[in-house]
Amino acid sequence: MAKTIEEINEKIRQGKAVVVTAEEMIDIVNEKGIEKAAKEVDVVTTGTFGIMCSSGIYFNIGHTKPRIKLGGGKVYLNGVPAYAGYAAVDLFLGAAALPDDDPRNKYYPGDFPYGGGHVIEDLVAGKEIRITAQTYGTDCYPRKFLDAYITIHDLNEAVLFNVRNAYQNYNVAVNSSNRVLYTYLGMLRPKFGNANYSSAGQLSPLLNDPYYKTIGIGTRIFLGGGIGYIAWHGTQHNPNVERTERGIPKGGAGTLAVIGDLKQMTPEWIKGVSVKGYGVSLAVGIGVPIPVLNEEIAFYTSVSDEEILAPVVDYATAYPNREPDVITYVSYKELKSGEIELFGKKVPTSPLSSYPKARRIAEILRNWIKEGKFLLTSPSAPIPGVESGVRFKPFSGRELLGEVTSK
Amino acid sequence: MRTERIVLHFPKELVDKPVIVNLVKKYGLDFNILKATITPDAEGVMVLEITGEDENFTKGIEYLINLGITIQPLSQDVIWVEEKCVHCGYCVSYCPTKALSRDEKTYLISFDSQKCTACGVCVEICPYNAMEMKIFV
Repeated sequence: MAKTIEEINEKIRQGKAVVVTAEEMIDIVNEKGIEKAAKEVDVVTTGTFGIMCSSGIYFNIGHTKPRIKLGGGKVYLNGVPAYAGYAAVDLFLGAAALPDDDPRNKYYPGDFPYGGGHVIEDLVAGKEIRITAQTYGTDCYPRKFLDAYITIHDLNEAVLFNVRNAYQNYNVAVNSSNRVLYTYLGMLRPKFGNANYSSAGQLSPLLNDPYYKTIGIGTRIFLGGGIGYIAWHGTQHNPNVERTERGIPKGGAGTLAVIGDLKQMTPEWIKGVSVKGYGVSLAVGIGVPIPVLNEEIAFYTSVSDEEILAPVVDYATAYPNREPDVITYVSYKELKSGEIELFGKKVPTSPLSSYPKARRIAEILRNWIKEGKFLLTSPSAPIPGVESGVRFKPFSGRELLGEVTSK
Repeated sequence: MRTERIVLHFPKELVDKPVIVNLVKKYGLDFNILKATITPDAEGVMVLEITGEDENFTKGIEYLINLGITIQPLSQDVIWVEEKCVHCGYCVSYCPTKALSRDEKTYLISFDSQKCTACGVCVEICPYNAMEMKIFV
């Protein structure tokens, strides 16, 4: 017995919809079976909170008097360079941007105390941000300098636009070498001293809709504490990977590009991060509702941590050299237990994404829907699935002759 | 018997003198140096675990104070800033004394300052800057 999104929305409006989190759905399906669960449950909510580097904001600061054309000039926000390649007063700031005077990894491992992600968090928190700009004058935009404090309330549009978030599964990072490595998956101790991972597993949006049957362009979502939308499939979207019997990718696969009003967001769900020896970034909270349209969707949303496998990858050799080698696969149940077994030895595990926050997002979204504050959307278009043939290509540019350098 | 973890701040004139050895020689105390650094202005900072009989313990501490060393209990030194913590749990497996731990059901993090040796690894790695070290500020 199939349902439509419109039927589910009608139930939401009447306060009659049955909404559960992806965690709760596991127990419901175990107890009642797929058929009954599909009949009874209308919406399953998912959540994830993790470091998502391909995030950024665009915003409009309004016109100064006299006017200034920032496009083509140089602009800094609290010392962090913003992209000014638009018209007069539109700017873009990426989460990984660093001040020009940050020593990076010259003092290895670098601390990266402040960057784009922190500016975004400070804006969301309503703090004053110092904008300094230097540009050229024109007859219509005569002003050449700007030095001022702005807050998010001074901006016209302020929009979070992340080109790649919510990775469908991810690597588990280990280190075979003799020295400590500092990676985007954290500090890796030598000789397989620890293993780090980053996924909400059974709560993660795309792991609950592995073939993108309900999640598509235009899907309304929880984003950073406010309401956002899926804008497109994310960069590096790669649906054609090896999958388990129940369709779960055995490594990084689908990704989402998401968009939402920064002014609705809160610092609880948008946080700047400093990853030692790696750089700055932004931690983002995302929750996606999945309409339980039929038994197939009910089945997908009942996925549990023991059914999701992640590849263990050596960040000393395979990862930096883009070799495909996978040491082994481990389940998120094992990862979340605090240790995995590698080469007959127990290795402690550390998550980079927050499961308690993922859980909280799924609960908040569940409550919004139950209270009738959040209606579901039908996608305007699907994101590319397995049948699309879309593949994430490695770099294929024509390199000029020269050495290929390593760190 | 008594075991305590304390932080010693040495004035610069004491940095090159034997001090800790006298805790053993004069007062029969056991010690374990958990951390030792000399700051740029030549003050020495040492985190020490001392074990011994109550009476000797008190005398040993008096000896250190009389030399001009400032002493503070260790628990003040590493601070968990709960409002910055997102409970990702990244720090837990790095903490050598399990002062940082995770609830197996809720996955929420807690910090037991009594178990902390102020090694500082959590301060180094926390992406959210939720662990702060006070002795070196």
